[in-house]
Amino acid sequence: MRTTLTIARREIASYFDSLVAYVMLVLFLGFSGFFTWIYGSDIFLVGQASLSVFFAIAYWTLFFFIPALTMRLIAEERKSGTLELMLTKALNQRQWVLGKFLGAWFLIAVALLCTLPYIITLYYIGNPDTGQIIGGYLGLLLMSASYIGVGIFASSLTSNQVVAFLIALVIGLSFHIVFGVLSQNLTGTAGQVFFYLNMSNHFEGIARGVVDTRNIIYFVSIAFLGLYLAEQQINRIKISGQS
Amino acid sequence: MNVVVDGVSKTYGIQKAVSDLSFEVRTGEVLGFLGPNGAGKTTTMKMITQCMDVESGDIRVGEWSVLNNGPEIRKHIGYLPENNPLYTEMPVIDYLDFCARVQGVPSSEVSNRIREMVGVCGLNREKHKKIGELSKGYRQRVGLAQAMIHNPEVLILDEPTTGLDPNQIVEIRKLIKDLGREKTVILSTHILPEVEATCDRILIINRGEIVADGTAASLKKQASGKNMVRVRLGGEDLSSVAQTFESWPETGRVSALDAASNLWETEVEDVDSFARNLTKTCAAKGWYIVEMSPTETSLEDIFRGLTL
Repeated sequence: MRTTLTIARREIASYFDSLVAYVMLVLFLGFSGFFTWIYGSDIFLVGQASLSVFFAIAYWTLFFFIPALTMRLIAEERKSGTLELMLTKALNQRQWVLGKFLGAWFLIAVALLCTLPYIITLYYIGNPDTGQIIGGYLGLLLMSASYIGVGIFASSLTSNQVVAFLIALVIGLSFHIVFGVLSQNLTGTAGQVFFYLNMSNHFEGIARGVVDTRNIIYFVSIAFLGLYLAEQQINRIKISGQS
Repeated sequence: MNVVVDGVSKTYGIQKAVSDLSFEVRTGEVLGFLGPNGAGKTTTMKMITQCMDVESGDIRVGEWSVLNNGPEIRKHIGYLPENNPLYTEMPVIDYLDFCARVQGVPSSEVSNRIREMVGVCGLNREKHKKIGELSKGYRQRVGLAQAMIHNPEVLILDEPTTGLDPNQIVEIRKLIKDLGREKTVILSTHILPEVEATCDRILIINRGEIVADGTAASLKKQASGKNMVRVRLGGEDLSSVAQTFESWPETGRVSALDAASNLWETEVEDVDSFARNLTKTCAAKGWYIVEMSPTETSLEDIFRGLTL
């Protein structure tokens, strides 16, 4: 556990050292702030003291930002050769991958924490549903966990960061849109399977403030599957000796 | 901690990188790993350090085997890879701190170890810079510091002195020699004088197989078979020198290297008895010795002879 946290700490420091963190925070807050408060169907237009507008926007902005955060996690180390060096250290692949996951997840948590003024404002101007707010943030965190898992897996597949970004986006897109479309067009078991795989069904459930274990299992298992596959991929690199 | 490589093989696709390689390195020994490009040096080192799995055979470090006790072994190995990969965006101190913690150095000792490594590797002036801002030589020092930060019992160094200035090379060689007294060190290099200066034992491999194994002196002896002596004589009527030498039982082939300056080279079995004979003969024939020097086959010659 200590090793995992050491790795996570290094990843976080690296995000802030390389400006990635600042760019990500500014873009995320800029986008979501703009569409939550100023433009489009913002809170004032909707006329309800509810953060559901923000949650709907963050659901999309995070979807695009997370692959950009995760693309370098393993691909860069494969390219520079540090992966090779890390394999010779007294840590196992699981700790390494998990550390990277926690690092990226922490950054997302910081980004969400920066929206705290939104909540304060909301309590000033109205009487929002606290359960819904907690649920929304929980949903965003869980969704991020899933996509970080997917992103880390994509990053382990290649030593090219752009390719890793695109792979993560394509896999993410299936959960975000494609499965939803398929579930609407298919009937029977196939339809039900795709309905279950569609991320927005699970997200909207939690974002309404209804925390259901089934939804949590969904997000957590995608994250775990991604990390597990990434770990297997690193094992494969180790066996062949060619990164 | 002894390192035993036991019948290890590795193939890349159809190309055999290492085939059935076996050797042993003992504690207190510095092993120089030589071989032409693509001989399998780096592959072998990677398999010992476990950034690559062995295909067949086994490698044992102390009582542990890479097949079952990988993580345990990795705690006791320090590795400096060939191209010295580093996290370039990290400051030197942070990087060493990270490496120490990842290797399981207790938190209370981390700062002590870092201080020691900064001193040993001469990083004091550059310690607060980011690694990406350092010159190649300083990066190499960071690579060495990283390999030694957890005070490992086995050190695997892939071309440790590349990019260092001559002063630093001397210091690092001395450091490796000192470390080699208590630890097990395997280093690979292309600089042959370096091997003679630092290594207790030399292992030459070619196309994945061992072609020579021994100390520098024993390899030289093996390669030449006999001692070579170079003699320059003075005096009158030196025309019979070659015949005289050849008539002695302990000398072999004699060749006149440079007739104008009266220089001969000859193979002898025993330098002492040759010198005794020579002195006697000179006194009898009125010659005198200007120069007499045993010449050695250089490591370069041995290397070329074995790997070309």
